[in-house]
Amino acid sequence: MTQTFTLKGLTVMAALAASTALTLGTPALADKASNTLNVAFAAEPEPLDTYKIAGRQGLILARHIYDGLLYKNLDTGEIVPALAESWEFTGPLTMEFNLRQGVKFHNGADFTADDVVETLNTVITPEYGTRYSISVDWIDSVEKLDNYKVRINMSKPFAGAIEMLADALPIYPHAFFAENGSAGMAATPIGTGPYKLISQEPGIRYEMERFEDHYEGSPKSGASIDKISVRTIPEMNTQYAELMSGSLDWIWRIPPDQAAKLESRVQIISAPIMRIGYVGFAPEAMAGDSPIADKRVRQALIHATNRGAIVDAFAGGASKVLNTPCNPAQFGCEQDVAAYEYDPEKAKALLAEAGYEDGFTMEMVFAAMPRPTAEAVAADLAKVGVTLELNEQQYSSGIGKWRAKELPAFFSNWGSYGIGDTAFILSNFFGGGADDLVQDAELAEWLTEADTASDRDVRSENYSMAVKKIAEEAYWMPMYNFNVNYGLSNDLDFTPHPDEFARWWAASWK
Amino acid sequence: MLSFISKRLLVALLVCLTVSALSFGLMFVSGDPAIAIAGAGGRAEDAEAIRVAYGFDRPLIVQYLDWIGNALTGNLGQSIYFNVPVTEIIGNRVGVTLTLGFISFLVALVIAVPLGVAAALRPNGWLDRFALVIAVSGQAIPSFWLGLMAIVVFGVWYGWVPISGADTWQGYILPVIVLSYYAIPELMRITRSGMIDVLATDYVRAARAKGLPMHLVISRHALRNAVLPLVSLAAVQLGQLLSGSIVIESVFALNGLGRLAWESLLRSDLPVVQAIILVLSLLYVVLTTLADILNAVLDPRLRGNS
Repeated sequence: MTQTFTLKGLTVMAALAASTALTLGTPALADKASNTLNVAFAAEPEPLDTYKIAGRQGLILARHIYDGLLYKNLDTGEIVPALAESWEFTGPLTMEFNLRQGVKFHNGADFTADDVVETLNTVITPEYGTRYSISVDWIDSVEKLDNYKVRINMSKPFAGAIEMLADALPIYPHAFFAENGSAGMAATPIGTGPYKLISQEPGIRYEMERFEDHYEGSPKSGASIDKISVRTIPEMNTQYAELMSGSLDWIWRIPPDQAAKLESRVQIISAPIMRIGYVGFAPEAMAGDSPIADKRVRQALIHATNRGAIVDAFAGGASKVLNTPCNPAQFGCEQDVAAYEYDPEKAKALLAEAGYEDGFTMEMVFAAMPRPTAEAVAADLAKVGVTLELNEQQYSSGIGKWRAKELPAFFSNWGSYGIGDTAFILSNFFGGGADDLVQDAELAEWLTEADTASDRDVRSENYSMAVKKIAEEAYWMPMYNFNVNYGLSNDLDFTPHPDEFARWWAASWK
Repeated sequence: MLSFISKRLLVALLVCLTVSALSFGLMFVSGDPAIAIAGAGGRAEDAEAIRVAYGFDRPLIVQYLDWIGNALTGNLGQSIYFNVPVTEIIGNRVGVTLTLGFISFLVALVIAVPLGVAAALRPNGWLDRFALVIAVSGQAIPSFWLGLMAIVVFGVWYGWVPISGADTWQGYILPVIVLSYYAIPELMRITRSGMIDVLATDYVRAARAKGLPMHLVISRHALRNAVLPLVSLAAVQLGQLLSGSIVIESVFALNGLGRLAWESLLRSDLPVVQAIILVLSLLYVVLTTLADILNAVLDPRLRGNS
């Protein structure tokens, strides 16, 4: 966000000067000596009640403090036990969990079934105001069967349920939570996680310390760093200076051009993530009275856009052009689909066929995307006679206009909550809801089947049909999968993950 | 004098009301707060739930009256983002901004006024030229660039001061230098031009003719007259410095009011934005009113007929 008022040229000069300055200065030491990991975020973390957090910064901190019933090992794709030792579906809408014994909260309380029941039964009530209803609205109620056994009754079939229970729905200590509620948890976060919060100035600074009593057998066990200190430093250039001088060990979301400049001084790692960029087309916008309602026009627009060049120039790293409206890393994201290579001549022919040989003018709002990418799309389309009226807006304004059906094209991105399952992207945009400006009944039916079936083959088959149809109909112009550049102290050993949840408990010094 | 002050205060109150009403309306024009709060991954259902929960579905005028009614009783509401009382958040952040603002203002005044006077005494002399260079560069160099350069040289290169944060008093050194450098040019130029005008007047010539030493001519006669426009400008400058510099606070990672306002705008944290705007408009109004009163004290002609 701070980028909006910095002038790029000067920023680059500053970065250059910073690197020259360092060659003259003394090489600084990272905090390997005191075994403290110094971290900076550019955005302020939200209060640390996971259920009300939207931003990745707060969620990362929360996942170090709290644990869920299950955990997903992203290296193997397996769901593994965490606070629950084992689980099974006892009916189409019921699941039973055997809980782990001997687990302690940071305040010394023992973890039992009461904690699971109190936490989940509270956060599913509408009054609680859980930020993403999709994360809990499939839970009808939770029952205690004995001290270490609970049953979850589902309100509807939801294939993402297990994914959600894998660390996205943390368990709070019931007595403290019942008494202090969401605000109390945020003020004094108490979990079972590998790190406990020692002090915080909300939004500004957080100090965490390794929790020595973290339960054995935890998928988050083995933390070797004693302390983690997290600060908010909004200006990226200031972060670079601190990283180079050794007072920071971990920063992220470094723009590609600046990552390249920093590479000679610090460790830079680029890693692909779940988030993908897309241009959504809205056949339903303007009551269907726009060129975008014509399939040939949509196909022409994709043929006319040189997405390969855009990715190389502005995304770099691990990003690649996509043909699907989902991330290839997600379950159910069929890759054998219609692809539209860069071919302006074919685009012109398709436009002529649709009756637009002289082109047309259309508005496109872009939000949370780098301006140059939007301008590159507009420049490519101009070559086939289509004039894009570009309009940069906050995501909230853009999606508001989209939902009001006033926008033929919307260029933005979607992170799928970092979850590797197509359920968390397609249903929102093609399942018949407010964000679905295609309103294709067949698609909605396949997606409902895929989202609710418990048989993986049935799910995969339905997603495959849906993904193929979306590509064939050119409802979206998928752009590219995002990548994140991490800037690390040369002494730090850190492995990034595609879900954008930093796992500092697995980090160590070289 | 009393009616002068009461008139000023009435105008001040109206200004505050207008500003708060305008800002309230603009928040809604700039985007749907419910969607903004739901976040980039929020579905339409989430936004609707938030709309109802925070009462954004009520008519705008009702929401505004509700807010102003609470504000008048001292209740500025809860921050939507932080889920704690707005007064607590502002209380946490205002200290940094006030410290930075006041010190920078004092530093700027202490440098700008003597430099302006000295420049006026010998127009086009070497000191005047030097002052001009300071003024032009101070106006032309973007403060974030100057801030970053200062960080690189004094923080990274020499390691004399902390790079960012305000944990120690040393953390304020660079931000104060950068912020006051930005405030100096205007203050200095207005002192200089005021002094040049006054020094050319008959009463200054008379004072010098009767043999008064130059330093008394300046302090007793010239400066008192030249200072009137300076007072008005200084009030506005102080207001600007105290309302927090988004840029300086971002570059040096100081968590003050300026950046809080900016971030709250982006995340549609209406109660925080409204409270900051109210506090800042009050601050401006108080400062300009004080400046007017001070000017009236200094110059009886400004008090009007009453």
